[in-house]
Amino acid sequence: MNTTLTMAMPKGRIFEEAVDLLRQAGYPLPPEFEESRKLIIDAPEAGLRFILAKPMDVPTYVEHGVADIGIAGKDVMLEEERDVYEVLDLKISSCYLAVAGLPGGIDQKAAPKIASKYPNVASHYFREQGQQVEVIKLNGSIELAPLIGLADRIVDIVSTGRTLQENGLVELEKIADITSRLIVNPASYRLHASRINELVERMRTLIESKEDNQ
Amino acid sequence: MPKPFVFEKPAGMRDTLPVFYQKNEDIKNTIKQEMQSWGYQFIQTPTLEYHDTVGEASAILDQQLFKLLDMEGKTLVLRPDMTAPIARVVSSSMKHVAYPLRLAYSSSVFRAQQREGGRPAEFEQVGIELIGEGTASAEAETLALMSEVIKKSGISSFTVAVGHIGFVQELLGDILGNDNRAEELLKYLNEKNYVGYTSHVKQLPLSSIDTKRLLKLLDLRGGIEVLDDASALTPNEKGQRALEELKSLYSLLEEYGAAHNIVFDFTLFSHMNYYTGIVFEAYATGIGAPIASGGRYDDLLNRFDRKAPAIGFAIRMDYFIEALETKSELPKRQCILYTPERRKEALQLAKEKRSEGVHVVMQDLAGVKNVDEFSKRFDAIHYLIGRTQGEDLS
Repeated sequence: MNTTLTMAMPKGRIFEEAVDLLRQAGYPLPPEFEESRKLIIDAPEAGLRFILAKPMDVPTYVEHGVADIGIAGKDVMLEEERDVYEVLDLKISSCYLAVAGLPGGIDQKAAPKIASKYPNVASHYFREQGQQVEVIKLNGSIELAPLIGLADRIVDIVSTGRTLQENGLVELEKIADITSRLIVNPASYRLHASRINELVERMRTLIESKEDNQ
Repeated sequence: MPKPFVFEKPAGMRDTLPVFYQKNEDIKNTIKQEMQSWGYQFIQTPTLEYHDTVGEASAILDQQLFKLLDMEGKTLVLRPDMTAPIARVVSSSMKHVAYPLRLAYSSSVFRAQQREGGRPAEFEQVGIELIGEGTASAEAETLALMSEVIKKSGISSFTVAVGHIGFVQELLGDILGNDNRAEELLKYLNEKNYVGYTSHVKQLPLSSIDTKRLLKLLDLRGGIEVLDDASALTPNEKGQRALEELKSLYSLLEEYGAAHNIVFDFTLFSHMNYYTGIVFEAYATGIGAPIASGGRYDDLLNRFDRKAPAIGFAIRMDYFIEALETKSELPKRQCILYTPERRKEALQLAKEKRSEGVHVVMQDLAGVKNVDEFSKRFDAIHYLIGRTQGEDLS
């Protein structure tokens, strides 16, 4: 059966690296792929159809089965806790989740405020540390929060640390390493097993050969 | 945001309107008929159960249970699944009925949803339990009936994945020896996190052969040949027995003519932690979640002091219906529109029609504001209006 697989791709930071990886794995993607502003892109030669989604939404599309597979950051997986298979570490877009804040301690208070795009991760992390905190959900520019006194600390992804540095913030604790993952819908994993297995294997071989070359 | 109206429903609760109700009923009837024709008898259990018994025995997470207190302060739950209540019935009201028992149910179950309030917190399940039967024949019967129900309902393209919890536990136990380490790996498998599983396995101080065996587990998915691959992974006696069980299950399913939809998949885990042997899920093209699922649970009845092996499956009606393209039509209705002086005549006509099986609405003309609008809802209208017979308003 030659089914077309639908793949949810995260727009933005991860997108280009993910497209590169697919091309290297031998999937012919149209050259205008990166420039297109379409939200659904067909790549019939590769037997793939792509949907371009907000990174945070990729696991949602996959969980509901409108996409068979997807590429999502581990940060999103930790935050969303969706019922999908996390089958392969693509080892791209690596960064880490960390706690950051202004240098120096924070004043004694009942519950320090933590601003984050990842409220679940943040609240889980501090509960594990036995600390009581108040989590404030923000959708971007998290670094702003401690600067203007909205929060005492932030939980965010750090890749180079430049944004923190330029805003006078320091990294305090590392929470988890993050890379992008290949995720699969549980029903698709069985219904389209052979095609998905093939894709996973091709990607796995590619990633392993890259690692050996390093 | 507007504030909720007083008539709004709690999160996850749904109303079912006539057209969808009819469709749901039609499909349910097909399913129930098939189950009955295999000799399964339907039972009903209460919506509320004690938290200490059914709540504890059920495999649904505690935070997903709807709880309330009765007059004496005891905690009650809205039943989160049907298997635990049926185990209770079998051990109490049906205590003296000898095994094996073939029971069926068609009921709502309740599971609170933390995220996305639109997801159903109450949904219907139609299923069967075959209790007191530990043979491969029982497993084949269960799987064959499930396939038959799916086919009879009109879903032609579906796949059934069959796994075996016992085999996986034996394999992990055989290699890791200690329960804590196996537990850790089972947690990753349960979370469907293969990346975590793989990197955890690679960290364990194991021989390269054992590492390979553990990683190979993730590849045990496919046709009957998977059983041979699995066999090569464990010399363990119990593990081998599990594979023998699956092999004979497969050949029995061939006899039923229900083997071609089957794939074996040892990575299949259920969130229902009472399963002990085979587990299975059915998937239909285009639906992202299993339309039906089940498995063997040989320890559950023990919790209710009537030890017995058991197996069952449940169809999740909302997903199941999504997989069907059939349309249901509401039964046709006729209307008798009458004025009081001809009520007797109208009653007589309605009686006749109803006895012929026609659905008849009787409507006093005085109660209808817009006759044209009202008439549109019916297949035929009989006017019994005014003193003279046969007078027609239209």
